[in-house]
Amino acid sequence: MPKEKKKAYLINLIGILLIFALLVILLDTPLLGRQVNYISGIATMAMITIVMVCSLNLITGFMGEFSLGHAGFMSIGAYTSAMVTIAIGEAGISLPNGLLFLIAIAVGGISAAFMGFLVGVPALRLKGDYLAIVTIAFAEIVRVAWTNIPAAGGGKTLSGIAKVSDFHLVFWVMVISVTVMYMFVRSRYGRIVKAIREDDIVAAASGIDVTYYKVLTFTISAFFAGIGGAMYSHYLTSLISTKFSFMYSAEFLTMVILGGTGSLTGSVVGAAILASLPEVLRSFQSYRMLMYSIVLVLVMIFKPGGLFGTYEFSLTKLLLRLKNGKPDVKKKEALKGGVVHD
Amino acid sequence: MTDVPVLETKGLGIQFGGLKAVNDFTISVGHGELVGLIGPNGAGKTTVFNLLTGVYQPTEGTYYLEGQKMNGKRTHQVVDAGIARTFQNIRLFKKMSVLENVKIAFQKSAKYKMGSAILRTPAFWKEEEEIDKKARELLKLFKLEEQVDDMAENLPYGKQRKLEIARALATDMKVLLLDEPAAGMNPTETAELLESIHLIREKFNVAILLIEHDMSLVMNICERIIVLNYGEILATGLPEEVAKNPQVITAYLGSA
Repeated sequence: MPKEKKKAYLINLIGILLIFALLVILLDTPLLGRQVNYISGIATMAMITIVMVCSLNLITGFMGEFSLGHAGFMSIGAYTSAMVTIAIGEAGISLPNGLLFLIAIAVGGISAAFMGFLVGVPALRLKGDYLAIVTIAFAEIVRVAWTNIPAAGGGKTLSGIAKVSDFHLVFWVMVISVTVMYMFVRSRYGRIVKAIREDDIVAAASGIDVTYYKVLTFTISAFFAGIGGAMYSHYLTSLISTKFSFMYSAEFLTMVILGGTGSLTGSVVGAAILASLPEVLRSFQSYRMLMYSIVLVLVMIFKPGGLFGTYEFSLTKLLLRLKNGKPDVKKKEALKGGVVHD
Repeated sequence: MTDVPVLETKGLGIQFGGLKAVNDFTISVGHGELVGLIGPNGAGKTTVFNLLTGVYQPTEGTYYLEGQKMNGKRTHQVVDAGIARTFQNIRLFKKMSVLENVKIAFQKSAKYKMGSAILRTPAFWKEEEEIDKKARELLKLFKLEEQVDDMAENLPYGKQRKLEIARALATDMKVLLLDEPAAGMNPTETAELLESIHLIREKFNVAILLIEHDMSLVMNICERIIVLNYGEILATGLPEEVAKNPQVITAYLGSA
């Protein structure tokens, strides 16, 4: 590993630790007074949303295919993990919270990835609008299925899920998920996925097995959506299938587009803004979707590529700029591929 | 190497409904040979390329790369085996850098697994460094080293064509199919292209099959010419033979 990269990773790790420390100081101490639980709830939901939006960006931004069924994958992760942890609880096995949480996200991620693979193999032969329709249909089928499965509540709210995901765990899962996705994007895999987005015929003519990499990316994306779902269900402790409707998928897509298709930084920012905005504007909540539309229209007019376009924030570059006044081109080159951090 | 031709087709043909786009296409291309494929518009030249790269599957006949049967292979498998192509209308990964455009084609050099990519293992760094080095060398050969970080769509036309050829070369092929590389080029650019083709033949052990309408270019560099008309081979031979062939003249100009 090049020396500069080691340094860059270290700097990013320190950055992440600082943010974590800041959040802990703000949310685990009485600094913010009585509102602290409410704010920590919003922050946790925003972090889960970040995982969802980054994973959707892999398909929509980097691979350039419209998927409108991301809530479907999330619900698979949420329900399967919840059913498993409930079964463990009913069997009378008592596990430490941390372990139960790990089981939940593993089950959620793997089951969603499996469904992603099953759906991806036939659906990814389609492109654009057709793929969007298939993914909508998939999410609707999944939603209706949960309504009719007795173990998943059978139309009623599935409650009594162990509250094992908390603010700290969600933070670290988010950091690891985003880092893994970033490493994926900044490797030969990411390069291939982008090439497929640009021109799949040429990608094939360059020796790329287009179908394989499409299905692979779709599966990875579903995997992280499943993890998001597992964290969601084990944070809220109850699930209702109507939550995972088309509108929820559309919300994720909105965040991807707002942040920038093809920028994980953009997804993180887009998700953080739009996930906390409704709470900030609580008194206007019924106008939330109207606001979404307005924000989207404005972004599309003034910044069609999204807020960040394909730009990725780099802490190391920022520090260099602060130190030198101007970005050092040579070093900038060397530092490419540093860990993105939230 | 033995005397097995690098590319050989036997009675290759494809039928779209009632139309035989290519029929009984039989050729043999030796190692390092440069063969021109010419013919009037709609003769089926690009269809031949599509057949040879797995875009279409032939409905008749077979084709071989170094004696190995290639029928039924998909495009990426054909490329993997060693047939690369460029496109009639330049096709690049427009929103990617010049360097990335070439790096993509080094599929054979980049084999590290997903775990390697995510954990950034030594295999990742080694292979990435190697690809980077190779890609830069290749771009330098085509005098594109100044533009490595430019977006591919921002290159001038002639350089875009060069980049496309460089990308095809990066696949480490044995046969290169060039589909009208000089189309839309001004004389200076065509001269540069000629230089590039000479360079390829000098540096790489590669057979080239060239579709071209620029007759001066074709007559100038091709060792052998195949004339295609209505999907069938009308004539083959040395450039000067073909140029004098009355059937070829009729196909191009019509009979008096």
